[in-house]
Amino acid sequence: MTEPVALERGRAGGWLRGQLRNVAPLVTLVFLVVFFAVASPSFASVGNFYNILTQISVTGIIAVGLTFVILCAEIDLGVASIANATGIVLAYFTAQEASVNIANLPMPGTVAIILALASCIALGAVNAFGMTIIGIPSFIMTLAMLQIAAGICALLVRGQIAYAVPHLVVTLGSKSLGPVPWIVIVAALIMLIAHLVLTYTRFGRYVYMVGGNREAAEYSGVNVKAILTAVMVISALCSGIAGMLGVAYFGSAQQNEFDTYLLDSISAVVVGGTSLFGGEGGIGSTIIGLFVLGVLNNGLDHVDIDSFLKILIRGLILLAALTINVYAQRMRRVEGPT
Amino acid sequence: MPSDPSPRPPPARGGGVEGDAAPYAPPPLAGGVGGGVLLELSAISKSFGGVAALRDVDFSLEAGEIHGLVGENGAGKSTLMKIIAGVRQEFEGTMRLDGAPIRLGSTRGARAAGIGMVHQELSSVRELTVAENVYLGVQPLTRFGTIDWRAMNAGARAHLDDLGITIDPRAPMGSLPLGLQQLVELSRVLFSGARIIILDEPTSALSPPEVTRLFGVLGRLRAAGRSLIFISHFLDDVLAVCDRVTVFRNGQNVATARCAEVDKGWIIARMIGAGHDELEESYLGERHLDSRADAAVVMETHGLTLPGAYRDVSLQVREGEVLGIYGFMGSGQLELARTLFGKLPARGGRITVDGRLASLRSTSAARRAGVALVPESRRAMLFAREPVFKNMTISILERIARLLLRPSAERAIARNRIEALRIRPPSPDRPLGTLSGGNQQKVALARWLTHLPKVLVLSEPTRGMDVGAKDDVVKIVRGLRERGIGIVVVSAEPETVLSLADRILVMRRGIIVREFADETVSKDRLLAAA
Repeated sequence: MTEPVALERGRAGGWLRGQLRNVAPLVTLVFLVVFFAVASPSFASVGNFYNILTQISVTGIIAVGLTFVILCAEIDLGVASIANATGIVLAYFTAQEASVNIANLPMPGTVAIILALASCIALGAVNAFGMTIIGIPSFIMTLAMLQIAAGICALLVRGQIAYAVPHLVVTLGSKSLGPVPWIVIVAALIMLIAHLVLTYTRFGRYVYMVGGNREAAEYSGVNVKAILTAVMVISALCSGIAGMLGVAYFGSAQQNEFDTYLLDSISAVVVGGTSLFGGEGGIGSTIIGLFVLGVLNNGLDHVDIDSFLKILIRGLILLAALTINVYAQRMRRVEGPT
Repeated sequence: MPSDPSPRPPPARGGGVEGDAAPYAPPPLAGGVGGGVLLELSAISKSFGGVAALRDVDFSLEAGEIHGLVGENGAGKSTLMKIIAGVRQEFEGTMRLDGAPIRLGSTRGARAAGIGMVHQELSSVRELTVAENVYLGVQPLTRFGTIDWRAMNAGARAHLDDLGITIDPRAPMGSLPLGLQQLVELSRVLFSGARIIILDEPTSALSPPEVTRLFGVLGRLRAAGRSLIFISHFLDDVLAVCDRVTVFRNGQNVATARCAEVDKGWIIARMIGAGHDELEESYLGERHLDSRADAAVVMETHGLTLPGAYRDVSLQVREGEVLGIYGFMGSGQLELARTLFGKLPARGGRITVDGRLASLRSTSAARRAGVALVPESRRAMLFAREPVFKNMTISILERIARLLLRPSAERAIARNRIEALRIRPPSPDRPLGTLSGGNQQKVALARWLTHLPKVLVLSEPTRGMDVGAKDDVVKIVRGLRERGIGIVVVSAEPETVLSLADRILVMRRGIIVREFADETVSKDRLLAAA
């Protein structure tokens, strides 16, 4: 019934177009780097490169977890709140200085870290429960989680600011190994592990298949609910790690300090080329998306323009990057399988 | 060029063609063939990337004729129809309408020339009313620029009455049975001024009374001078309603004949050539069933009930047996198939597999219990963007890979399956979406063939398949039966059940009403029981 529609026509051209979706974000990145390098003498330096790496590390760790979720054609709007809550839970279980007037339950550092990780995993499990058992769409469920986690933050710090976190977290969040900040190393490690999991494990295959066609995955006997549970927990766990390191990186734990990270991490995943409809993309794409965002944010600080205008410019450039992605994707769709 | 894009309801003519005949009998007709040639294609050739889809094809359509078009999938029927409907503009040869050469630039051009098509997958809008669907895109307006509902409803009612169909024009399209939706779509095509209407598999989803009603409407259109091209895999239907039939094979028109002068055997012989005896048998109708009553029961259900779908279904599937479950569309058999695979858990009753109570609450639980399903919809089964080998191994990854994937092992399994099932093209790395429908169906089947399940449920395993692919499926299923697994074949097509089953259950409105075992069964008896 179906004919070999234009499949044979231009194999090479088709391949090139197929790669366009992957290449488009990279082209955007190269363009931005070249532009800022020309526009500002201070941009293209080794020191600034480390700056950018450090600036995108917290977003990057959150974006890794989010990549799993978006590959399954779901969304997690609770990532920033969970990050915030985990950081605050960590501070809650760490002895604070006497000047900090905050409810506090001091524990040994390791125990505090374990409790913080357990709490973010629990929040991820609640997300998964709502989605797979009750049947709430992830958009709504994680919107509720955004509020719940923000509520936990509010209750624990009550408008105060905590400063102390365990030594290990301080080291990983704010110290350096030689010239390389530890937080960059941790982010790179997490990305590497996530990439290996997605590419080379059975679980990774299931993630792509569930995102590619959930019904077909179910008809293949894949335990779709288990996969969705796993990705929501992974997302929450990544957020929690980012939250703990972030608290050390910022030097304090307080309410609403991660608010901008929700949109930044979603933008990074999507700008990188991972499809919101699931099944396409990966950690490699997310890394490129992170750099596009990081270079943009950092670069705009190096050029001399009205700082109030920068916000608008940032939005417009993001829009342009996404537009290019959509067109690249459409060219492939027309040519490729339907 | 005769082009009349304005709405043009057909003249009401010829009464008494409704429901007065036994199933499949054509309504009495005045006139018949002989209005002169309306559309003529000569020496049409078309190839895709060096592969010839049509070779030097001649085809003619007379005014006031119903012309049947049969042949395997890939024989070139669709390609020819796409040329006629203006979807494909590049081809060799000439096309004449009313004697004048015509070159259609688009489907829009075809519509302006009076050529319309009713697709197998209906394109009507379920959320809109019947009248809105008839007037889609050309709604009449009042003086104030709002939609003139009164005129639209009255117009649609008159228009449908002309076709001999009584439907409330205000009813939502989605609330109608499929057969009526199809007629509304047909009336929309007529309403747009079509003189030539291409019907793609119009009877595949219809029950016998609906088929009779459709044939009544087609008879009226013929009497009114419209010309119809009737593409179908159902040869009985073609012989019942068509004036002439054209048989395609391998991109060529191998025969055109008056239906009154040929029979089914004649058509089948031209359609498939030699060497498909088993299939020919099932096409022709009668078969003796030999049940395997001595074999062990592998799956058993007791009083399965799902409100709104089926109730009190108790059945047994034996090792090495093909159990056919037949019923008209909507008799509950598709839902039952999903229940057996845990996709649509039943509300009441129980299922045992190998004598053990099986809680089939999810598809993964069913898979672990040893049950497999190939659903009727390929789209629901397959990952179009992913390569063939990933589609084949998704259900057995646990056996191939503990933690890390082993792509080389997966490709080896896929190559093995590709060869055994004759899947074309034979490449494990092709994205699945680039394969033809029949080959995709084979991939869906291949998924369960490497580590055999205990029970394999096949829902509409040959729907929309060409003769060659159907023959392959029959061979695969018989091979599996020899290896001792229990097979359940669920279908609304009597030919499918007849060609595969050792024992047949007939479902009507969710209840098993008849069992055929150890007796001779024919399509007529099957239809009569349902």
